Amino acid sequence: MNLYINGRIAVAALRVNKLRSVLTMLGIIIGVAAVIVMVGVGAGAQARVEEQIRLLGSNLIVVMSGSVNQGGARAGQGTQWTISEDDAIAIQTELESIVAAAPNVRGQVQIVHGNLNWGTAVIGATPEFFEVRDWQLESGRALEVEDVRDIERVAWLGQTVLTNLFPDEDPVGLTVRIRNTPFIIAGTLVGKGQSGQGQDQDDIIVVPLSTAKKKLLGRPPADPRVVASITVKVAAGASMISAEEHIRDLLRDRHQLQAFQEDDFILRNLAEIMRTQEASSKVLALLLAAVASVSLLVGGIGIMNIMLVSVTERTREIGLRMAVGARGRDVLSQFLVEAVLLSLLGGGIGVLLGLAGSAGIGHFAGWRVLIEPSSVLLSFGFAGLIGVFFGFYPARQAAALDPIVALRRD
Amino acid sequence: MAVPVIETRDLVKTYVLGGQEVQALRGVSLVIGKGEYVAVMGPSGSGKSTFLNLIGCLDTPTAGLYRLDGTDVSALPAENLAQVRNRKIGFVFQGFNLLPRLNALQNVEMPLLYSGTNRRDWRRLAEERLAAVGLAERSHHLPSQLSGGQQQRVAIARALVNTPALILADEPTGALDSRTGEEIMGIFERLNAEGITIVLVTHEHDIARCARRILSFRDGVLVRDENVDRRSPMGRGPTEPGIGAASPVGTGLGAP
Ligand SMILES: Nc1ncnc2c1ncn2[C@@H]1O[C@H](COP(=O)(O)OP(=O)(O)O)[C@@H](O)[C@H]1O
Ligand SMILES: [Mg+2]
Repeated sequence: MNLYINGRIAVAALRVNKLRSVLTMLGIIIGVAAVIVMVGVGAGAQARVEEQIRLLGSNLIVVMSGSVNQGGARAGQGTQWTISEDDAIAIQTELESIVAAAPNVRGQVQIVHGNLNWGTAVIGATPEFFEVRDWQLESGRALEVEDVRDIERVAWLGQTVLTNLFPDEDPVGLTVRIRNTPFIIAGTLVGKGQSGQGQDQDDIIVVPLSTAKKKLLGRPPADPRVVASITVKVAAGASMISAEEHIRDLLRDRHQLQAFQEDDFILRNLAEIMRTQEASSKVLALLLAAVASVSLLVGGIGIMNIMLVSVTERTREIGLRMAVGARGRDVLSQFLVEAVLLSLLGGGIGVLLGLAGSAGIGHFAGWRVLIEPSSVLLSFGFAGLIGVFFGFYPARQAAALDPIVALRRD
Repeated sequence: MAVPVIETRDLVKTYVLGGQEVQALRGVSLVIGKGEYVAVMGPSGSGKSTFLNLIGCLDTPTAGLYRLDGTDVSALPAENLAQVRNRKIGFVFQGFNLLPRLNALQNVEMPLLYSGTNRRDWRRLAEERLAAVGLAERSHHLPSQLSGGQQQRVAIARALVNTPALILADEPTGALDSRTGEEIMGIFERLNAEGITIVLVTHEHDIARCARRILSFRDGVLVRDENVDRRSPMGRGPTEPGIGAASPVGTGLGAP
């Protein structure tokens, strides 16, 4: 008595009641499909977050002016700026785990070129900016310390600005006007695409920090050294938590804050921001998990129910098989194989449905859905396990039948 | 007497139905030798089927001893009884008991599933037995496509497929007309001539007279044990030549 024979008996039995078999499988089908979609969506979101972190750098800490009490760090014009270029220099030079610290100011400007004009974000930066953001140049020359020192009117264009202002010419060396000040285009930046928050990172223009403060911000700050934020790159392998601690200690010390005083700056970790995003896709995954577990449970009970019916219907057959020599375990395995076949068939259909559903969600919702073979195999195997679990009781009922009682039944 | 195949001593079977005890067998002692052809008679409710079920290892006695082929099987666990049924006993039932969705060949093969016989031999063995009961051409017919007599012959082929030493039949002609019944009895006659021990339950005297020995039961007691005069009406000669001698069943179907 082996799997082959039991399989043949089971296939024959399931084919007798095709519709009943399919209806019984429904719960398993839906459950497995939900698991596949759930894992696919979850893995897709995870992968997207990881990619964003890799793109932006998970090893970045942003130091912003202002305190949490002021309602976040809206460091626009007129806001009291509390951190300075000297803080950036201190962070970079005094802390061992820090690779670079880039002080920035940010603003919103209109760029004019001929009769074209384009509103975009301007960043006042030092050479460290390109290092901390891992941002390569597409053309032109790099931003140098001298550009900042001499308050040069030079600019680097992001891809979006480039395509809008210079649809079909090489802009390097040409002049644009920003706030009525002419700037020479020194270079262009490679494209970065959308950020985790869905912003176009290429809609940007970079100018020297000093030039930005003097020419582009509405009202230059009283202290010429202050900046809106400092982007800090932590050395690979160093702990983000202790780096944050060191930066906080250093800045509190430099700002001469007493123990009872709150920070006059805010530390943000990009990896953290990304994770909050990941949480939203977790809600959907949780919902699907609920659907999956309920339908797998219902599916399992359905299999148990139909197997009990099957055992009752085939009592005479069981009696006969026992009379000609089937042992309890032969009957047990016969019905167990039937239950497992039922659930595996359901699992197989569920996998196909889940793959189709994942593709559908990926296509229509525009989400990234990642199907891993291991998850497919796992849910398929889980379906089989449900067959074993819920098929065991009916199979044992069949195996425990008394041959003469079973033979007499009709 | 030949070597005993069946030996019972004070076999008792008591059923309990709703607190009420029903004594189906009240101490039956007898010996059936190898190659015997025995009919069990008696009125309805006298314990014939109960006796057959006990000696067929389908049920276990409430008390008493039962030795099959020299081994005490009265206290064997269910698993071992299944093996005994598979190897040593072939059952033929009144209602044929064929599985309706299996064809004749598959029905005959069924005991082989549980005997550990190599799967390659199943078809050949089943075809041989079907040929032995004259149904070689019907091997792919479903039971519903066969007449009652043909179905019973399939059932006999199934009982023979594991070359048992003992065939037990409970009213095998009960559902058949008398002419078909005679055909079936002819097959039993031939099998017995080849050395197979046969015990069959019947309440028809004509059928019983085909056997060599008649056991009469009444109220769970063996009341008469007599040998049959072989020159009586329906009986064929005990050594009638030719029948089955050339058939495939002849090989190895005798006592082991
Ligand atoms: N499973 C059972 N439970 C209770 N009583 C039974 C059962 N099987 C048989 N009997 C009783 O045992 C007696 C003998 O039955 P049985 O052996 O079937 O007689 P026969 O085959 O001679 O007609 C009857 O009185 C019957 O009612
Ligand atoms: Mg009876």
